[in-house]
Amino acid sequence: MSILLTQDTRIIVQGITGNQGRFHTRQMLAFGSRVVGGISPTKSGQMVEGVPVFDTVRQAVDATKADASIVFVPAPYAKDAAFEALENGIRLLVMIPEHIPVQDSIDIVARAKALGATVIGPNTFGIISPGEHTKMGIMPNHIYQPGPIGVVARSGTLSYEIAFSLTNAQLGQSTVVGMGGDPVVGQTFITVLEHFRQDPDTKAVVMVGEIGGSAEEEAAEYLETLGKPVVAYLAGRAAPAGKRMGHAGAIIERGRGTLESKEQALRAHGAEVVTMPWQVAEAVRSVMS
Amino acid sequence: MKQYEYLAKGTLKAYGIPIPPGQLVRTPEDGAEAVATIGPAALKAQVLVGGRGKAGGIRFAQTPEEGRRVAQDMLGMDLKGYTVELLYAESKLAIERELYISVTTDRNAKKPLVMASLAGGMEIEDVADDQIVKAYVDPAVGVLPYFGREVAAALGLEGTIFKEFADLVVKLYQIYREKDAELVEINPLAVVDGHLVAADARLNLDDSALYRHKDVTVVDEGSALERKVHEIGLAYVELDGDIAVMANGAGMAMATLDAIQHFGGRPANFLDAGGGASVGPTAEALGVLVSMHPKAILVNIFGGITRCDDVASAILQVKQTTGIPVPLVVRLVGTNEKEGVALLKAAGIEAYSEMAEAAEQAVRLAKEAM
Repeated sequence: MSILLTQDTRIIVQGITGNQGRFHTRQMLAFGSRVVGGISPTKSGQMVEGVPVFDTVRQAVDATKADASIVFVPAPYAKDAAFEALENGIRLLVMIPEHIPVQDSIDIVARAKALGATVIGPNTFGIISPGEHTKMGIMPNHIYQPGPIGVVARSGTLSYEIAFSLTNAQLGQSTVVGMGGDPVVGQTFITVLEHFRQDPDTKAVVMVGEIGGSAEEEAAEYLETLGKPVVAYLAGRAAPAGKRMGHAGAIIERGRGTLESKEQALRAHGAEVVTMPWQVAEAVRSVMS
Repeated sequence: MKQYEYLAKGTLKAYGIPIPPGQLVRTPEDGAEAVATIGPAALKAQVLVGGRGKAGGIRFAQTPEEGRRVAQDMLGMDLKGYTVELLYAESKLAIERELYISVTTDRNAKKPLVMASLAGGMEIEDVADDQIVKAYVDPAVGVLPYFGREVAAALGLEGTIFKEFADLVVKLYQIYREKDAELVEINPLAVVDGHLVAADARLNLDDSALYRHKDVTVVDEGSALERKVHEIGLAYVELDGDIAVMANGAGMAMATLDAIQHFGGRPANFLDAGGGASVGPTAEALGVLVSMHPKAILVNIFGGITRCDDVASAILQVKQTTGIPVPLVVRLVGTNEKEGVALLKAAGIEAYSEMAEAAEQAVRLAKEAM
């Protein structure tokens, strides 16, 4: 089983004729994702990897009954693409681009909330449900395997590192969700954990966080409601205050967003907090036994 | 990106928010001229460091002659590692009371947040929660005049100040939206002669939105080395250790620093070579690390979109041009791992597959190099 994304999810790719869109459409199809269409204005009638291309989301939705979209357009055009998807009935929206202006993200997230749609990202690697053989994202296909562990992460490569270590320890994943590295993103740890709570096949959850903001602190209190074991690993112990560590959102500002306060809050509410990424799999094994 | 105070003030003025009379000072003569024009003045160093006043970055001058002398003293001075090249002279205010107002983005609520307080003049973090009025903005609605009046009323303001404050909230939100600000803050918001004046201002802009603000003066607050790496388009932060680090992805790069610290080493930098970097930029980034003369270099790659053979090629390229005269530890797993590891092996470099072992080895080699 999985959360948010299943084999029935019908996916379109906005920006399918670009390099990224094309490459990842192929990868998604190889993993088993039901990619039913792509969008690229003035390119309708073309095929990309056997997938029909449309000029508008409306045409694609009419022709394919798509209900989810993954966006690969450059950041300055991302707000337009997101609104086009939302206004045409897309209810699961994965925003891959980095460097989308925060004001645009605020508008996208607010509109999605009003329409009851789910936004993953921006600046995310996406979402993958190995047991359902489907993904919407840019993560490598070979590092996942089906299983009972839910993973929610802020960062891409670090989550790959951890997912692969779980796979190597025979701890498969139900769904892996990338929230995104920007200051304003569609999901919080709490919204994703709530989905994991409702999924009977998710038996334990791994949280991969980092410095900046207070998403981890906010999530801590929710862990008791979750009622499933949680292992947390957070990056940024060695990060100085006031410096952006790559992600726009990874910054300790005016004394807020430190690792210490996050780890303390998570521990206080029952999470098993490990300090190095290679300790995650062992900790998951122990909380599950 | 933070803006210098004089630029922030210029933006406020353009939106009709009152600021004290002021002018830029680049030479001692400018200092004399400024005081002659605006009267007794505060001369403020235009640097982007916190605690400027306490560090000696704000001084006062009563007469033109004093203005010259103070400017002479301040120009070229070192302020927390930054050389002062520009001063902003501003009319000294007879402040009756100090308020606080800001608009920022609340990351958890995912909405703009207006914060206001009667306790201005100190950092808002030091003000007790019950003395701060917080009002979230629905971005689809924006800030209409009634919203400003509600905030002014919640503060308990009356009369002229009530009206001026309500109007200020609307204008500040306009700046926040139209300039793509992360933060626009007036602190203190002074009452002078019964009217509001922006005595100090902070304006932080969203780097990701600079493409649509061609008129903005871009200020890179980084060190010389940081600025150099930022120019190649990579995220880079200088640290004070001696083990140089390159990793792919921001999270991985942070985790790699943590791992070095875990084994008792000290990282020299944060460098995210990108989630899918190709040979060229990777080699360029590694070249920068070599030029820093660290005690050791640790390259930590989990190839997802990044291909291990590309990374290996980049390493070999740099080895050919610079010889890489310091110990190099490479951890390489993921896409095209076999090809990458074979390439390195042929050049006499053994790649690690475990992050922990690689980090531990880098720390060991750095210690031996001392």
